[in-house]
Amino acid sequence: MSPREVFALRDHLGTALTERSISDPRHVVSLAQLATDSCLGGRSGELDGRSVLLATSGQLLAGLALIEIDGVARRMLLCPPDLKPEHLASIIADAGIDAVVTDEPQRFAECGVDLVITVGLPQPSTATGQTVRATEWLMLTSGTSGVPKIVGHTLDGLCGAIVGDSPAPGEAIPVWATFYDIRRYGGLQIFLRAIVGGGSMVLSDPGEALADHIARLAARGVTHISGTPSHWRKLLMSGSIEGFRPRYVRLSGEIADQAVLDGLKRAFPDASIGHAYASTEAGVGFAVNDGLEGFPATLLGEGRGAVDMKVVDGSLRIRSKRAAHAYVGRAAAELTDGDGYVDTGDMVELRGGRYYFVGRRNGIINVGGLKVHPEEIEAVINGHPEVRMSRAKSRRSPITGGIVVAEVVLTADADPMRADMVRNQILAECRTRLAAHKVPAMIRFVAALDVTPAGKLARTDA
Amino acid sequence: MSVRLRIIAAIKQIAEEQKVKLPPLTDELTLHETGFDSLAFAILVARLEDDLGVDPFTLSEEVTFPNTIGDFIGAYENVPA
Repeated sequence: MSPREVFALRDHLGTALTERSISDPRHVVSLAQLATDSCLGGRSGELDGRSVLLATSGQLLAGLALIEIDGVARRMLLCPPDLKPEHLASIIADAGIDAVVTDEPQRFAECGVDLVITVGLPQPSTATGQTVRATEWLMLTSGTSGVPKIVGHTLDGLCGAIVGDSPAPGEAIPVWATFYDIRRYGGLQIFLRAIVGGGSMVLSDPGEALADHIARLAARGVTHISGTPSHWRKLLMSGSIEGFRPRYVRLSGEIADQAVLDGLKRAFPDASIGHAYASTEAGVGFAVNDGLEGFPATLLGEGRGAVDMKVVDGSLRIRSKRAAHAYVGRAAAELTDGDGYVDTGDMVELRGGRYYFVGRRNGIINVGGLKVHPEEIEAVINGHPEVRMSRAKSRRSPITGGIVVAEVVLTADADPMRADMVRNQILAECRTRLAAHKVPAMIRFVAALDVTPAGKLARTDA
Repeated sequence: MSVRLRIIAAIKQIAEEQKVKLPPLTDELTLHETGFDSLAFAILVARLEDDLGVDPFTLSEEVTFPNTIGDFIGAYENVPA
């Protein structure tokens, strides 16, 4: 490929930048500035052909830097905020990292990489990045245990689901936000939609109180926003949505059950509400906009759309130009099967012409040899009008190996005096809709449930 | 309430939930005759662990699972403090 045919993120910025910006709680950076300014002190040329670890303390500098680095470096690894220090060395080795871009240079003084470039807010510079190659984008999976896997993408693949998002001339530009971190796949999708699709981006800040965050999103005119069902449940129970009126609300990253879809419809009656299937490995699979959980079976098959999908042994498999091209590293496994399909590990069940997600293959609870997906139970529990969220999990049993127990968070307006009644109603509903071994043996009411840094319900014990 | 009464109450509660018709609960009744399946016993043991703070069947590898209601209650009554 000649450099002429290679496009990098900066080449998608377009010309009408004057009203576009990237912001966080402290700074608003005009995208127009990025055409002339550098956030690397004019040193991006030193990254020519390098394999770069992008590790910043916040999202804003990461977003600015990746625009400047893309098309220059050979590889760019987006370091998520929760990367454990003990995994750093193996990731540097596996990805062949030979340069670090960071706002905390002292953190990387001893990491064995000679070239450490400091990133800061954009400053006028005579030397900004030039597109000379297609940079390989590396992301880390959000696995809860062990070293995260390194997954390789191209900008083309990452942008594969972004079509027709650009505003028509004269139309107000979309303002995007996400509860995800943009250094994870779900968040990066939204960042790229904003940058490539002609919009602005309002970044989240983990240190910000939820009410302040939502007030900021409303004040900056956010029109499009995404998060996991756990993120949305947290927001719905916060009572903080007053005055926030997005036009487009999107869920991904976990199973979107009917209760959370209906809750969002009530909270945002004028918004279009959709849930999307995507993973760091398989890329964006599909989006569902009919307000119902699950997805139509007609989406399955080959050559029907942008992705091919099939179900093998109950798990969803996806073949797509948007999928990652490989796992990267010394002990990297094959990403796809012989036919090019990624096994997502997400288990689905066909009921009446629609596929429903029932859980992760590796999250299965074993009750006396019978398999139970915690998500299936949670979906039933979450259907109770006074339940905001729940977690089903295994409890060790000397008799059956494990039994199902559940923790339940009630809605803010639920009366704690009625907890026993709510418990009985939940159990009655579970007995009606679930096999006996799936009905929780015990239900405990809790004030909150942990959510991982990637925005998913924590399942360390499942 | 004594340990015995709490165990009997828990058995009756689970029987009601699981739609099991219990025969009179005498000490001689075998656990098999209660009509409880292994899931019902698993639930019973877990709830009693929460209620009484002890699960006698995982305390020691030597404990064998009891045969009768009397043995079952005895396992809880004889747990060393």
